[in-house]
Amino acid sequence: MRVALEGSHAVSEAVRQANVDVIAAYPITPQTHIVERLAEMVAEGELDAEFIPVESEHSALSVCIGASAVGARTFTCTSGPGLALMAEIVFIASSMRLPILMVLANRSLSAPLSIWNDHSDAMMVRDSGWIQVFVNSAQEAYDHVFIGFRTAEDKRVLLPFMIHMDGFFLTHAVEPVELVEQSVVDKYLPPPDFPYRLDPASPLTMGAFVMPDQYAEVKKAQDEALKASYGPLLEAWKAWGELTGRHYLPIEGFYLEDAEVVFLTVGSYGEVAHMAVEELRQKGMPVGIAKLRLWRPFPFEDLRKALKGVKYLAVIDRAVCPGGVGGPVALEVRSALYGMEGPKVVDFIVGIAGRDVTPEDYLKMAEMTPEVAGGGSENYVFYGVKE
Amino acid sequence: MILGWKDIKPGFVILEVGSSRSLKTGDWRTERPVLDRDKCNKCGLCYLFCPEGTIREDEEGYFVSDLYYCKGCGICAHECPQKAITMEPEG
Repeated sequence: MRVALEGSHAVSEAVRQANVDVIAAYPITPQTHIVERLAEMVAEGELDAEFIPVESEHSALSVCIGASAVGARTFTCTSGPGLALMAEIVFIASSMRLPILMVLANRSLSAPLSIWNDHSDAMMVRDSGWIQVFVNSAQEAYDHVFIGFRTAEDKRVLLPFMIHMDGFFLTHAVEPVELVEQSVVDKYLPPPDFPYRLDPASPLTMGAFVMPDQYAEVKKAQDEALKASYGPLLEAWKAWGELTGRHYLPIEGFYLEDAEVVFLTVGSYGEVAHMAVEELRQKGMPVGIAKLRLWRPFPFEDLRKALKGVKYLAVIDRAVCPGGVGGPVALEVRSALYGMEGPKVVDFIVGIAGRDVTPEDYLKMAEMTPEVAGGGSENYVFYGVKE
Repeated sequence: MILGWKDIKPGFVILEVGSSRSLKTGDWRTERPVLDRDKCNKCGLCYLFCPEGTIREDEEGYFVSDLYYCKGCGICAHECPQKAITMEPEG
């Protein structure tokens, strides 16, 4: 069924269809309509779940940890400053290997006070140990609720899953969304059945104390587990593609074979960039685009394969590493390409706090790229910044 | 028991109940409490004040620290009204 839905409400609908047991969220700003709608659904009896409105985001995820630890399918969402307050618990959820699903409506961090979209919040939890994907549309956000739960709860995985969804551009825009029948969801997503649960009948310890002689082994096991989630995620994408016809990959490339300049994007800005690439191609300009969907575990091999033979890579970064070498996506991409005869990487920091980036801007960036790449050591650009 | 990373269960779940009993917190100690039985009047205040619950009454009614767990904080010595406990350096 194809309907017009606000991005946030598309997520709420998916969470309802995924038949979650517990939703815990801080209900006020910087929250989105995702939990507003979920609260309505629970109140009106459309969804049989516990909705727990808490006093802070720190508590929201703490409640999710407790709920997930007893075996409940658990959901939360937040945004920018809310994630900052939640940060301590974000790391605990993944270290305890609890398959919680979170939608992060990406927003900039203060100061200056800003409510608009960029990836500074996402990058703050880059190393939190969650599986992390960026979605490009309301449809992708809807689909990834099911894909996320299935992957997170897979007994080979058991890790929390974070869906990065651009605030406002995706959460507040109305888009056509193809909803799936409940029978499809039921077929795709089995009821939660976690191997380790807090249960008085069969006691066990979670979140134990360790000394320095044991901590490193736990972290190594966690790192390996996150890397090993790649295979089950690919399987979950494949199975979803077979059921719905919507196929997802860690990275998707267009016109890469003969492109001089390739844009690499994460999130919804990839859609305008793609439009720009189509227009520039019609004008005979050899450009291409690679959209990175999977952020953690980082798909090193896929990226190397996709970008082999590309001359210049223009990374569209939507966050800054102040005092570092540019933006976080370019940092990762350069590491992936290190030692291989790959493209020269130019990092464009654009769209900070939701500033528009038009197709014309992509034309300018494509023209600038070879020039900047040939320049000195400072190969990142705050594109469009006023002097 | 210290585990290799391949043997660690997801989330470092521990299936053995009460495993913290084996954690030898006595290793943390730099000073140990030594009881002078001539001064001790068996009042049990050290037992009440010990934050780790490591003090037990023995068969003769004296209160003694279990050095496997005692972290050597010295609260028992500080609180003893008879000054019967002294903290002596380890090693």
